[in-house]
Amino acid sequence: MSVKRLRRDFGAPVQFSDRSVTDAKDGYVECVSFEDKTFDLRKIEIDTGVQAVPDLSEAGTQTEWKHPRNANTQYYPREFEEQQKEEIQKETQFKTFVTNVTPRFELALQQNEIMDVFYDDWMNLAGQDGSFGGKADSHLKEYQSFTDLQFSKDKTITCIDWHPTVKGIVAVSVAEKLSFDSRVDQSAKIVMKPSLLLIWSFTDPIHPQLLLEAPDDIYCFKFSPTDPNIVAGGCLNGQLVLWDISQYEERLKNPKAGAKKKNPGQAVFEDEAPETPIMRYCAVSGIENSHKSAITDLLWIPDHMELNRMGIPQENRTLQSVQIMTCATDNCILVWDTRPPKGTQHEEKGTMKNPMGVPTTFKYLDLNWKPHLKVQLHKSEPGGDHSPTKFSIQEKQGDRNVLSTLGDASTHKDPAASSGGGGGGFNFAKPGSGREKRTLSNVKTVMFAGGEDGEILYVDWMPQKDQDSNKLMTPKPEFYSTLHDGPVNTAQRSPFFKDIILFVGGWTFSIWKEGVNTGPILMSSASPKRLTCGQWSPSRPGVFYISLEDGSIDVWDVLDRTHEPSINQSVSSASITCIFPYQVTGKQHLLAVGDSTGTLHILEIPWSLRTPTNSELTGVTSYFDREVKRRSFVKARWDFREQEKRQLEADAKMKAGIAPNVTLSEEEVLMKMKQEYLQYVEEESAFLRHLGLKDDIDEPLPEV
Amino acid sequence: MAEVEETIKRIQAHKGVIGIIVVNNEGIPIRTTLDNATTVQYSGLVHQLTAKAKSVVRDIDPQNDLTFLRLRSVKHEIMVAPDKDYFLIVVQESE
Repeated sequence: MSVKRLRRDFGAPVQFSDRSVTDAKDGYVECVSFEDKTFDLRKIEIDTGVQAVPDLSEAGTQTEWKHPRNANTQYYPREFEEQQKEEIQKETQFKTFVTNVTPRFELALQQNEIMDVFYDDWMNLAGQDGSFGGKADSHLKEYQSFTDLQFSKDKTITCIDWHPTVKGIVAVSVAEKLSFDSRVDQSAKIVMKPSLLLIWSFTDPIHPQLLLEAPDDIYCFKFSPTDPNIVAGGCLNGQLVLWDISQYEERLKNPKAGAKKKNPGQAVFEDEAPETPIMRYCAVSGIENSHKSAITDLLWIPDHMELNRMGIPQENRTLQSVQIMTCATDNCILVWDTRPPKGTQHEEKGTMKNPMGVPTTFKYLDLNWKPHLKVQLHKSEPGGDHSPTKFSIQEKQGDRNVLSTLGDASTHKDPAASSGGGGGGFNFAKPGSGREKRTLSNVKTVMFAGGEDGEILYVDWMPQKDQDSNKLMTPKPEFYSTLHDGPVNTAQRSPFFKDIILFVGGWTFSIWKEGVNTGPILMSSASPKRLTCGQWSPSRPGVFYISLEDGSIDVWDVLDRTHEPSINQSVSSASITCIFPYQVTGKQHLLAVGDSTGTLHILEIPWSLRTPTNSELTGVTSYFDREVKRRSFVKARWDFREQEKRQLEADAKMKAGIAPNVTLSEEEVLMKMKQEYLQYVEEESAFLRHLGLKDDIDEPLPEV
Repeated sequence: MAEVEETIKRIQAHKGVIGIIVVNNEGIPIRTTLDNATTVQYSGLVHQLTAKAKSVVRDIDPQNDLTFLRLRSVKHEIMVAPDKDYFLIVVQESE
């Protein structure tokens, strides 16, 4: 920009002023923008690429690896020296402290002494009197009843057992109700009719699920507790029978599936009974080796032990019940083993014929089964031996305490022995093979038995060397007592107490405690009807059921009253032969009752009879303890009375002048003789006077 | 000195009392009726617990203070009374 001025104004201050554009012409110069060609680039398409790339950066850290090292510290507490302690205690501060603090303690201690602050009243309020609610609540309700018109009519039920695992299956053994003589008379007819064991399911009360056939009437039987497909039964002729029902296991588990086979399209004119399969026994003991009379009681030995030939209880490695103990009225108790004896061959299995489709589980036992231990019950006095009708051992199935006290952890190890198929270990676990079995020294080998004459025995089953004959025989029973007035038909241990046993026989029942031999803890008075069977309740420690000959059941509660039953209920019109209470589920306890007309009644046990009251166990325990004390007191009293009586007798004799035991000294003898002589002289003179032979001695008259 | 003895005897005479320990504020036992090992164990453990309990009480309300602590277990009951300088511990059997 250039500015023109007059020369004389150069350097002089300039003054500018604003002038609007429109004031003068050409007052402004426009500079318009235009496109310069040199910079013209027409962009048609641009190809660009874009890539997203993460920033890669490398970084590193180093951790210090600390390896573990063992380190420990040892410390000891700071303590004061005796002297220091003494000094501290002398200070007044200490004394004030103690005085201040003591009242708080006194308060607390007194509180503790007065009452227990944490006692839960609410919990302990309930159940104090469990017998509220009228009689109707404690009534045994009839749940179901089973009769088979074909097989169990006119027969009597001899034994009942519940299936250990499947709920709702109960088995019943039936027998002819004839006396020995009539049996002999009708023997031809009886042989034609099969002797049966019926298995019922709750779903079908008319047709039994399965029938098991036996060579003769069964008087007692039991399912094996470890393998419920094996059933052992004892016959009238003394044989022991085994069945294997694994074939029908499915049928028993789902009973409805097989029962109804009706075709929907076909009209049903008559009731076609679905076929009830009959199964034959698969093994029976040899006749020469069995009992000589009817087997009256049978028991599977609990699975944690087994007995060897010497009667010594040994640990059972396979934890399966393999041995059976039976007793019969031929004065002995036998122990049988179901495993194959050493040295039998199994190769013949394939070639052996199998008529009647019987499972060959126990083929090695059939017809030559022998017991391996025999316990003879001799009586101490002459006059026959004891004939047991029921027995009871202390070990309980499922109670493995004895094993744990052995202290060995290898009892769980059992690899191939029990993993077999249907028979479960019976086929290849030979008795006495393999490792040494340990002896269970904690098992008591004594057992209780009830006899046919109403006696109760306590005998050791281990045979010992007899001093006289130097043979191994069973020792005489440690103790026995003839208490009942009829054959003992029940000997059962309480499920809660290992040493309390209930015996039922004749018209009375008694409760004994093991170890107290002076008498029963409780003995009932004679009831008006014969008692046929008794069982402890499985859930209440002080309750047991007794069945009577007139078809009724008595429920006795030891804590309620002991002179009469708490409840008496009539169940059937015929005499009851067998009862068995069982806990089917937690909420349902059923009592199976069999009578002499072949009907099996199932009754439901009401809540009041199946739930124990609070502290019922302690109550019953203390009751039994009291009774034991009473027993010992009674015995002591009897002894005392005896002594007293003897004393009195001796005194009486002394007074009468006879001195039996006392030896008199010479003087006394002379005195006595003199007295006797004087007495005699007097008598003589009296006698002569009486005869008139003696003149009265005239007494001199007094001087007048 | 004699009153202290008497007081201790009186507390000991209550039903179920197993033992009495007097501990200073550092946890060192001063006077005890139990054997040494038990005393030392009780005093060390209880001292720590009491300090904690005291801090709990004072945290909630700084003007409050712990007067008595009762610890009840299945077998025993431990009672502690803290003070400025000492603690008194009594062990009693539970019913």
